[in-house]
Order: sequence, then structure tokens, then C-alpha cells
Amino acid sequence: MTLLAVNGLHKSFGGVVAARDVTFTVARGEMFAIIGPNGAGKSTVFNMVGGQLEPDRGQMLLDGQDITHASPQKRFRRGVGRTFQVAQTFLSMSAAENVQMALISCYRQSNGLWSPARDRHREKALELLSRVGMAEAADVPCSALAYGDVKRVELAIALAGQPKLLLMDEPTAGMAPRERAALMDLTASIAESQGIGVLFTEHDMDVVFGHAARVLVLLRGQIIASGTPDEVRQDEQVRRAYLGDEHALERPKGMSPA
Amino acid sequence: MDPAFLAVQALSGLSSASSLFITACGLTIVFGVTRIVNFAHGSLYMIGAYTAATLVPRLLELSFGPVTFWAGILASALIVGVIGVIIEVLLLRRIYGAPELFQLLATFGVVLVVQDLVVQVFGPQDILGPRAPGLRAPVEILGRRFPSYELVLIAAGPIVLGLVWLLLRKTRFGVLVRAATQDRDMVASLGVNQALLFTGTLFLGAFLAGLGGALQIPRVSANTGMDLSIIAEAFVVTVVGGMGSVPGAFLAALIIGQLQAFGILIFPKSTLVVVFLLMAVVLAIRPYGFFGRAEVIGGTHAVGIASRTPLPGRSLILLVVVAILAAFPLVADAYLLKVATEILIFALFAFSLQLLIGVGGIVSFGHAAFFGLGAYGAALAVKWYGVSMEAALPLGLALAALGAALVGAFVVRLSGIYLAMMTLAAAQILYAVAFQWVEVTGGDNGIVGVWPSPWAGGPVPYYLLTAALTVVTVLLLKRIIDAPFGYSLRAARDSEARAEAIGLKVRQHRWLAFTIAGAAAGLAGGIYAFSRGSVDPSLLGISTSVDALTMLLLGGIQTVMGPLVGAAVLHALRDWIMPLTSLWRLLLGLSIIAMVLIFPRGLVGTVRDRWEARA
Repeated sequence: MTLLAVNGLHKSFGGVVAARDVTFTVARGEMFAIIGPNGAGKSTVFNMVGGQLEPDRGQMLLDGQDITHASPQKRFRRGVGRTFQVAQTFLSMSAAENVQMALISCYRQSNGLWSPARDRHREKALELLSRVGMAEAADVPCSALAYGDVKRVELAIALAGQPKLLLMDEPTAGMAPRERAALMDLTASIAESQGIGVLFTEHDMDVVFGHAARVLVLLRGQIIASGTPDEVRQDEQVRRAYLGDEHALERPKGMSPA
Repeated sequence: MDPAFLAVQALSGLSSASSLFITACGLTIVFGVTRIVNFAHGSLYMIGAYTAATLVPRLLELSFGPVTFWAGILASALIVGVIGVIIEVLLLRRIYGAPELFQLLATFGVVLVVQDLVVQVFGPQDILGPRAPGLRAPVEILGRRFPSYELVLIAAGPIVLGLVWLLLRKTRFGVLVRAATQDRDMVASLGVNQALLFTGTLFLGAFLAGLGGALQIPRVSANTGMDLSIIAEAFVVTVVGGMGSVPGAFLAALIIGQLQAFGILIFPKSTLVVVFLLMAVVLAIRPYGFFGRAEVIGGTHAVGIASRTPLPGRSLILLVVVAILAAFPLVADAYLLKVATEILIFALFAFSLQLLIGVGGIVSFGHAAFFGLGAYGAALAVKWYGVSMEAALPLGLALAALGAALVGAFVVRLSGIYLAMMTLAAAQILYAVAFQWVEVTGGDNGIVGVWPSPWAGGPVPYYLLTAALTVVTVLLLKRIIDAPFGYSLRAARDSEARAEAIGLKVRQHRWLAFTIAGAAAGLAGGIYAFSRGSVDPSLLGISTSVDALTMLLLGGIQTVMGPLVGAAVLHALRDWIMPLTSLWRLLLGLSIIAMVLIFPRGLVGTVRDRWEARA
């Protein structure tokens, strides 16, 4: 059943077309990867889905509701959680407080002026942290955590909003290879158990082909292939884009000079 | 209207635009390369004027003529350029990586140092420079006389623009300056000698400031107020033009020159207000000025308080503090009580700023605006409506909160240095209003006869009232800082992207924080008005804002209670040292610089770190 429907998304920066007519759907509980070489438009598409960028054209539906022009805040309320390419957490707070902050926002208590924040939703925050294996570090300041652990905390923050859709922009960038597989296994199990659709971009092909149910390949802002990992792996165009030959850098037909 | 009059107004607008551009151009180039907003730029301008006004007459005695005059002007500018290099090597070089707030404060320290040094070197009198040989006779324009020197100034702006353009386009140095303006890190990684590039940039910037100042000597006498008045205008020009953009500065200077020339016709007394209103409008429409770009603000720039486990026995500590404050009148005389009252007032003022800076990461450089609004609100209520202190204090607070809500609505859209400049502008507008709206505010003399109600009249009752209000407000603010609202502010400070992604309405929270901080500062201002019996425009001035910032810095910006300690220490030092020396500003300036360089955690922060290291 379709969770996210992205239809004809288009974005250009000056003369550079970063996304051209991008259309895809993500189902509940599905791990969906967007891949492509550097500059393919992954992050652009990603940030349009996350609400950080406004698309020039196109439409996005979450659970049938139009979120094309919604702010990141509104998307959060509709059930979009996300992690960032460079992990974004609140470095002046402990791991638990980071998650508590997300819960406070989720319950619309962020304007509370009286009772202390550190006592609110602590049990729930600890439960979320233990789900990502960070229960022991609950009271460690985020600024003192290793980067791989910060990424886990970020995942817990994203899950605190009880998202239907989880956006992960290069979730394993900057992590050690063993940590990568562990984080994605964890994500996959959470996604499956709670029916969360996960949309992620990734450079690490082991992660992509090991965890994604479906893969979308972008090249210069356009979709050149999509399907199961095996189908994509066999695709001639994809092989050319990734492995490179004398045609790889040619401009696809019908594309204006950028 | 008389066309000749309009023509002459337009021409004088052009000539002040030229002077302004030459100075602001240096500021914007220095910002572009070093990312430092150099408060001391106005001081360099002032040194240029003093140097030229002293040097040029001596040279003219040796050999009279236009060549000597212009050579003297250039020589003065070169001397200022060298001073700029000295400042770069001794100070700026050490703070390129520091948070914006520290950079602004350190260069403001230079402003204070230069103010006292200028008096020491050139004497306290204003110095009127010579008129330019060959340009003494006015010219006739449409039947009106117009100083011919002004025509030369009109030409000087475009000439400097052209030369700077050539320098930036055609020389290796210029290429590096432009490259560094676009991407400083990339230039560094290409193996460019950064130290030399930055020093050279400071020389160029200081040279332009000195030139701008030196060119003024036939028009105005060199005086000690030049630095702050030009820096305020130069800030507006660079911000409106877009920080780092030379053409932007030129365009902005042209517009501001004309606004000043014709603004006189609309608001005869307050051209400053017009200028700052322009800035407010431009920033509201284009948050980065005409040609500016969004500033990339790294995580390192957000310094502030972090979560800590609550101290055990903190209610006991609070009880002890309250007991000491309450018992203080038993041992203190009237003078000490007055000092203690003022310390408490400034502690409250500084603490309200901590909510913005330490908690929210909102670097306000005009917090005095709300202190002053509270003071004026209370004083005006007493003077015009004859209300009692009990009613006047809440009225002052309400006026400050209203002002903060208005200013806040503008500034929460901005970030970093633009926000600091905008808050400074807001405070300057209010300062100008208080100064120039004589019928209502009493102008320079302010309002007198603002006395507390009889029951609170003596030193002891007023001290106790102040202590009670301060303690209660600080505790309320502390409560807010620990509550979800304070945490949301910190969240937005730490990572705006993350805060938005978890649904926090960052702007709304910042606006509310601005209003609350303004209200608390307004309460402090109101208490201050009644403690002195009078108010005057200096309460709204830059130096009052900087006082609060210095207290924060001194106490420690990463600690909740630091500002309270900072207020006590700064005020006590001032009371003790100021009567002993005429060089108070020099000492204060050097202390601010020293604190930024060697003591950035402040008193409370340093003590706390020692404590924790031992534990």
C-alpha cells in the first residue's frame, strides 16, 4: 500500500537542472534507496521530500495528503522523520534529552514555561534509546559521543515522532564498515516491525543492495532505472553510469546544455 | 520647490555618500575576507582625521600648495593602514576562529582603547583642519554657492571605487581577496599564505578608513565622537549593500547619502532614524542586503549553556544567598547600599540578555534598547500622567516588552551578524528618538524627578525592593530556561535543521524569547530609573549594550549564573577604579580584549571547570 507518492518533481538551480520529472512511490514498511553518482540530484530530491527545498513543479502525497508545500515542521506532524547526511543533534544536551526534546515537540509542549524539561517523557526516551542500543549512554552529552553513536541517537530522535516515513540521507556516511551494516539492520527491523517506510540515499553499494527492497537510480537529475536491487544491477545504463565508459559522460538526448 | 535648493541638497548628498562609501568599502572588504565585523573601523577613521588635521598644517607650513595637501592626506591614510596591520597582528589574528560575539566584543575593546589613546596623543580639544589649497572659493550652482571641496569629494567616491575595482580584478592580491570572500577555507587549502593575505586586507581596509577620515578635515573638525557615529553609518551601508560586497556598499552609500540630504526635509531632526529605517526595510525584504549571501554558520559559533546535572543542595544555596541579600542593610552604609542596588539591577539586565545569547544563541547587540524603554516608560508615566512607582514599573516593563516584540518580529528572520547589526540599529533608532524628541523625552537632559513611592524611598527599602524583584525575576527566568521552552531555544541554537525536523517553530520561539528578555530588561530599566531619580538617552546607547555583553563575558557565557557574577564584578571594579584614573576606558577595553583572548569561559566558567577537573 502506497505511503509516499512523488509525482513529477522538478527543481533547477539557475541553469542547472538538479531534478527532472522524478516520480516514484514508497510503500509502508518498505526500504527504498535512491542512488546515483555525485551530483545526480539525490540530496535535492531528498530535501524536497523533507521540506528543506521547495520544488519548482510536481506533487508529493503522504498517505494521500498533499505535502508538496508543507514546511518541515508540518511534515513532522504528518509523520515524516528524518536524519541528516551530517548527523544533526543537539550537542549541548544529553542523548536522552535529545530524544525528550523530540517527544516534547511531538506532544506540543515546547512552549511550556514551568515544569523542567529534563523530567518530561524520560521513560519513553530511554525506551527509544534502548531500541537503538544507546540506553547506556542516555546521560552522556551528545558532544562526547562517537560519531557512530550520534547517528544512532539521531535515529532515536527521528523515531520519537512516531513517523510513518523515515528519511535517511546517507545514513552510514562517516561510519566504520561494521557499524554500517549494524545500523541498517537495526533500521530495517524497526521499519518492518512498525510498518515505517524508509527512504534513503547511500553511496555504499553493500548497504544499498543488502538492505533496500527497491532502488531508484538518478543521473543528472533524471531517473535512469528503478526496480529491485537485482534488476538495477543488471541495467545497462546503470552499469555505464557507475562503471564508466566512453559514453558515460555523454549528455542524454533531449537535455538542454546545463 | 526651488530647483537650485534641490540640486544643492542632491550634491551634498552625493558628497556625503562618497565619504561614507570610502570608509564602508574598507569595512566590507575586511569582513569579506576575515569574516570579522570590525567595530574598530570607526576608530581608524577617527585616527585618520586626527592625524591629517595635525599633520597637514605642519606640511603646509613647509611648502604651501595642493600637492602638499593631498600628499598629507595620503600619508595620514598610510599611517592608519599601518595601525590596522598592528591591530591585525596583535589581536584579530588570534580571534578569526572565535564566535562572532567575541569578535565583536574584542574589536569594541579596541574602540575603547583608541578613545582614550586619541585624547592622550592629540589632546581633548577638537582639531579643525586646514582648508584645501586651491579649493577655498565656493562655486556657483544655479545661483547658489556650493563648496568646491565637496565637488572633489563627490569625485573621490567613484575614483576609489574604480581603483579598488582595478585592485581586485587585476592584481594577484585582488584575486585572492575575491576568492577568500567567496570561500575562505578553499583558499586556505590551496596553499595561499593566509597570514599575509589577511594582514594585507587589514592594511587596505584601515587605509580606506583612514582616507575617509582624513578627507573630512576641511569639512568637520576632528572630534572624539567621530568613531561611533561613523561606525553606525558604515554598518548600515555594509549591511544594506550586503556584507562583503563593494558594489553593494557603493549603491547603499548613494541611497543613504540622498536619504540624509532629503530626509532633513521630512524629519528635520532625525536623519539617523531614516537611515536605520532604511536598513530595517531592506533587511526585512532581503535578509542579506542587496548583494550579500547567506552566511554559513558552523556549529562552533553557537556557544552557550549546556545541560548540567542540578547541584545538590541548590535550595540551600538559594536560601543562603537570599539571607545574605536580606541581611546586607544591617552592615552596609548608604553608599554601599546604592552600589549594591545598582549591581542587582545590572545583574537582572545581564541575566535577561543571557536568555537570548547563552540560551538562544541570539546575539543581540542592542539589548540596551529594552533597558532604556523600561526606564523611559516608567519615567514618562511619572512625568506625564503622574502615576505612582507601583504603576510606573509595570508600565515600563510593558513598553519594553512591546518594543521587544516589535523588534523581535523583524530580527528573528535574520541570523548571525545581520541579527547583531539589526538589533544594534533598533537600539540606535530608539536612542535617536530619545535624544531628538525633546518635547516628550527632554532630549539630552532626559527626565528628572522620577522618585519612588514614599514607602520605598530610603536606601534600605529601595535596596530590599530591588533585591526582591531581581531574585524573583531571575528565578522565574531560570525556571523558563530549564523548562521545555528554554530547551527548545537551545535546540534551535544547536541545530536549526534538526529543530525544524522535529517540528519546533524556531522563529516563534525566538520571538517569544525576545519579548520575555525585553520585558525583564525593561523591569531592570524601570528600577534603575527610580533608583537614580532620572533617565537620559545614554541608557539606550551602545555603551549600555556593551556593558551587558561585558558582564556576560566576564561571568561566563556558558554558565547560567555567570552574568550575575559578571555584573557584580564589573560594577564593583568600575566603582573602585574609575575615580582613580582618567584612563578607565583604556583599562576596560584592554580587559575586554584580555578576557576574549585568555579567559573566554569567564569567571564562573573557569571556576566550574577547575572544580570539575578536580572532582
